Amino acid sequence: MSLILDHIDKSFETVQALRQVNLEVQEGELFGLIGPDGAGKSTLFRIMASLLIPDSGRCTMLGHDVVKEYREVRQIIGYMPGRFSLYMDLSVEENLAFYARVFGTTVKENYDLIRDVYDQIAPFRKRLAGKLSGGMKQKLALSCALIHRPRVLILDEPTTGVDAVSRREFWDMLKKIQGEGITIVVSTPYMDEAEMCDRVGLIQKGNLMAISDPASLADGSDARLFSLRSNKGVYAYLDQLRKMEGCRHVWLFGDELHVTLRSAADVNQVQSAIREWADDSLEWKSIVPTIEDRFMELLKEEEI
Amino acid sequence: MTTAPEHIIEVKEMVKKFGSFVANDRLTFHVERGEIFGFLGANGAGKTTAIRILCGLSYPTSGEIMVAGHNVYNEREKIKRKIGYMSQKFSLYEDLTLSENIRLYAGIYRLGRREISSREQQLLKRLDLSHIRNKLIRDIPLGWKQKLAFSVAIFHKPAIVFLDEPTGGVDPITRRQFWEMIHDATLEGITAFVTTHYMDEAEYCDRVSIMVDGRIEALDTPASLKQQYESKNMKEVFLKLARS
Repeated sequence: MSLILDHIDKSFETVQALRQVNLEVQEGELFGLIGPDGAGKSTLFRIMASLLIPDSGRCTMLGHDVVKEYREVRQIIGYMPGRFSLYMDLSVEENLAFYARVFGTTVKENYDLIRDVYDQIAPFRKRLAGKLSGGMKQKLALSCALIHRPRVLILDEPTTGVDAVSRREFWDMLKKIQGEGITIVVSTPYMDEAEMCDRVGLIQKGNLMAISDPASLADGSDARLFSLRSNKGVYAYLDQLRKMEGCRHVWLFGDELHVTLRSAADVNQVQSAIREWADDSLEWKSIVPTIEDRFMELLKEEEI
Repeated sequence: MTTAPEHIIEVKEMVKKFGSFVANDRLTFHVERGEIFGFLGANGAGKTTAIRILCGLSYPTSGEIMVAGHNVYNEREKIKRKIGYMSQKFSLYEDLTLSENIRLYAGIYRLGRREISSREQQLLKRLDLSHIRNKLIRDIPLGWKQKLAFSVAIFHKPAIVFLDEPTGGVDPITRRQFWEMIHDATLEGITAFVTTHYMDEAEYCDRVSIMVDGRIEALDTPASLKQQYESKNMKEVFLKLARS
């Protein structure tokens, strides 16, 4: 095991940030932690990175206890916090050289590991980090987190606020880094990125609610889930469906509505009501839940 | 310049240069009254530059631009009174209470004292936040903050509300509830001008423009764009356009 979290609890004053979190991540795995702001992702990552001490529970990184053996842990991990860890008044190459020196290595020694990432920002190596665009800062921060060839890479929301194209490129880079045998633990608020992970965990209000590979995460759901699509747009049907007895949840979902029924028996009732709307372009069909559907279902269960 | 009355924003040949760098390269488009207009683009494509001009915060280098019936060169104060603005980064004052934030913004937009009182109560009731009206903003969950920030941005019933990445970081249910609020606001005649990095949210817009390197590469309804670019969803459309 690369990483073991065993019943981790952490509170800040009145807020319980993490509740009994258990997790095991295997060597070479790409693990994604999915959840909104305030769910506890950063707190968990800071505990893994030995920067916070849990109130109770134990965390080990490649067998090293993150509290007692924090010096060893810090040698084997690379950590990219949510807010960039760069020195804005140092240039691109100065930042990289600084991180290499802190870990007792040189840029040259591990250059092959960061080549793909760093080559994209190398033309700006004399520029101050503070003058880089968001996407370039992200690439530099990743280079800095990798320069000592860590065995475990911890990335806290590296793609938040980043456009869809740059996000795709970033995940392509992560896949390559994983190919070098490095374990990666990454958090994100974007559900579509979950598909790129070997396994994902859904976290909300300090509870790690479900852990699975992306494809079978939906299997845990017994939702009677349907989609509704119309050329006239779906907003108009949102309220009508919500008023129906048999509809438990109705949510916008891209150009569709996703409708969770209370029980399988409600299908006929809802379908006949839909027919009465006399919209020929309506498409109503049973669907397999996506990770986002599953997450929303878990959020609703939490409320009850 | 003549403007069709149903065009709440009319932009012709808008150019903005910073030195030799062209941030907005002859943008020409309009926004219809009451629609949800998605303004998409990669980081650095020039979206923020354009929004700042439309909000009356910066001058264009050239072009004819009318916002809510006023031009952006010499009627900026009039524009500012007719628009609302919200972004994830700047919205509410963390060290003021919910109630204080509402009253502050209402005061800035010169609403009368009595009107502020009654509408504050209505608003808090509608959002189901009356019981925490005296809590500091920093002590309430992000999802509530965003809903309140949006309500405050349209409290003075602006013609247009600019929403700059309004849903960053919130859970998928709150994100959807937020879009329902946007939709409800447009039913009251408010035009919504929205940027987002969540491509499923592009589907909720009436029309979407996609900026690439300072230019508008595509502008149409989500359905037409998907057909035009032979894509199954807006994420694919965006990747095809912004990557090429």
